[in-house]
Amino acid sequence: MFDYNFHWRPVMRDLPDLIEAGLLTLQVASLAMILGILIALGLALIRLNMRGPLNWIATTWVEFARNTPALFQLFFFGFGLGAFGLHLSPYAIVLAGLTFNCAGYLAENFRGGFQAIPETQMRAARSLGMTATQAYLRIVIPQVLRIVYHPVTNQMVWAVLMSSLGMLVGFRELSGETQFFASRTFRIFEYFAVTAVIYYVIVKIILGASRLLASRLFRY
Amino acid sequence: MIEIRGLQKYFGALHVLKGIDLDVEKGEVLSVIGASGSGKSTLLYCINGLEEIQGGQVEVDGQNVHAKGADLNKLRQKLGMVFQQWNSFPHLTVQENVALAPRIVRGLDRKAADEIAERQLAHVGLGDKLRVYPGALSGGQQQRLAIARALAMEPDYMLFDEATSALDPELVGEVLETMRMLAEEGMTMICVTHEMGFARDVSDRVAFFHQGVMEEIGPPSQIFGEAQSPHTRGFLANVR
Amino acid sequence: MSQPISFFSGFQPSDLLFLAEAAWRTLLISGLAISIGTFFGIIFGWLLYEGRIWASLTLAPVLDIFRSVPLIIQLVLFYNFAPILGLNLDPFASGVVILAIYTAALVANVARGGIEAVGQPMRRAARSLGMSYWQDLRYVALPIGGRAVFPAWVGVALGVMKDSALVSVLGYVELLKASQILITRTQEPFLILSIAGAFYFALSYPISRYAARLEQRWAHA
Ligand SMILES: Nc1ncnc2c1ncn2[C@@H]1O[C@H](COP(=O)(O)OP(=O)(O)O)[C@@H](O)[C@H]1O
Ligand SMILES: [Mg+2]
Repeated sequence: MFDYNFHWRPVMRDLPDLIEAGLLTLQVASLAMILGILIALGLALIRLNMRGPLNWIATTWVEFARNTPALFQLFFFGFGLGAFGLHLSPYAIVLAGLTFNCAGYLAENFRGGFQAIPETQMRAARSLGMTATQAYLRIVIPQVLRIVYHPVTNQMVWAVLMSSLGMLVGFRELSGETQFFASRTFRIFEYFAVTAVIYYVIVKIILGASRLLASRLFRY
Repeated sequence: MIEIRGLQKYFGALHVLKGIDLDVEKGEVLSVIGASGSGKSTLLYCINGLEEIQGGQVEVDGQNVHAKGADLNKLRQKLGMVFQQWNSFPHLTVQENVALAPRIVRGLDRKAADEIAERQLAHVGLGDKLRVYPGALSGGQQQRLAIARALAMEPDYMLFDEATSALDPELVGEVLETMRMLAEEGMTMICVTHEMGFARDVSDRVAFFHQGVMEEIGPPSQIFGEAQSPHTRGFLANVR
Repeated sequence: MSQPISFFSGFQPSDLLFLAEAAWRTLLISGLAISIGTFFGIIFGWLLYEGRIWASLTLAPVLDIFRSVPLIIQLVLFYNFAPILGLNLDPFASGVVILAIYTAALVANVARGGIEAVGQPMRRAARSLGMSYWQDLRYVALPIGGRAVFPAWVGVALGVMKDSALVSVLGYVELLKASQILITRTQEPFLILSIAGAFYFALSYPISRYAARLEQRWAHA
């Protein structure tokens, strides 16, 4: 049917390297998610409870993260900051870009999560003598986490998929590594096909792990 | 003892409590009745410092609730509160709901806190629900859970804010029964309620609130028998 | 032509036109892909809802693949696979095909959610009024379900519009690719990226706000 000969041998030879690059993908995505979650919590709380310049900054962050392409954001942390003499390594560019993006999207999820917890929960906790911090940590945030659990899982998947943009800023995560090998051997299709499978497996593992964790975490 | 003097409360321009004077003695059961919006809930929130006040003062056992630097978290341990919406913590089991505050507020170890929880839950008739999540309980059971949760702090006073108003009619009885039991055990209670039967039978005194003013206070026989204020009579005529 | 001394050396007014044309190409490719993708996405969503065994065995996993592999990989794969099949597609056509399939995969889920949102009881009520299956779909399921998922669909559409930036890897000169070209020439990355970002933002922000407002209004209706 095709007058094209598929050559899978070079890909198979480089498979260990690709899988290792897959781990780097997972690493940078996880790190971006951890940072993103922490920042998003801050952004959400600021947007809910504060006025003035901090609120303005948080809103700007959220809107730019959500209304411009992720690739644009990566470029910005890449050569955009270069204009100010700030040259980040490819790893740092991807990490910063993903973190910025994830924090913006998660902040809106968290904001919705906080708004979904009735104020009476806070009152009940305070009436038992809990401090505001205790009430937040023990009563409000655990419930918010449950509400945002699925959005956070989805965002983790997005972070993995988005990290593939690293290939366009010279970062050798899974896609970058694939491009490197592919351009060396010219077996572009074969390499990227295998990489697609690896991404698929990574995504399935994340979703599976998330489901498993949810069943242990949320009994109610 | 709770002593309230000249209490003024505003929400912005809205004058909600207009100079309330009220003493509640140790061991007393006071019922607070009045139309919706008359300031009953706000009164309770001012007593345990969940709301700030704009004038007058509230003292609990001689301690000024609204003084600068008052240790409200300490004070609230003395004042258990049960709300209209049964706001159990949905992410914790029934036992954890009760044991959490003793552990993190009173500083008890897990074992002691769990024991208190078991004891208080048995007390309100939920001894067989320890490992269940509140979502699986009926409204009446959740409200009894809220009572147990407040009692686990071993408070000296209990504030009830329409504890039965959000319940289906057939579930009201079990909660009133629990409240009556507490009253008989000598708990000092302020009960905002629409249950006139409870107010009449269980309380030592009944206070009638009307548009932010405590119009009338006295023993149930007086309020329900020979109310002075036309507002009181009008209100009672309508609820009965 | 004498070059006036400019604060932004190298960036000329004509470059703005170049960027505007590129922005138009961004709109063109995403508009086309979103239209085609939405059309097929609704059909797929309906097939999934109807839950024919073959649909959940074949269609669902295939759509799932398009949601689980980075778009950029899909683009590179397809661009290199088409010639193997003997197709000679230019970057634009390749971009439209992949973006449309990608859109369809996302819209399928949204559409199924919409039909589910209508709920069996309401549809049964419609059928009991003597409506045919198609009348029920046309007059009950689509309007009600459409409302329920319109904001989600806007989210997908805006996402695809932003993701169309990735077609630049195939060499299609849309907005972001145009910016890159200009940056290389002028060495004014900050200025040019700001302009490109403003273009995207101006496209996306008003629409997303509008969708959010509609969602709120409908939620209270
Ligand atoms: N947090 C608040 N902000 C503004 N107004 C409030 C607030 N809480 C209560 N109010 C107003 O104060 C008045 C008294 O309310 P409340 O104490 O809840 O009355 P009751 O419990 O007797 O029904 C009402 O007019 C109510 O609308
Ligand atoms: Mg009230």
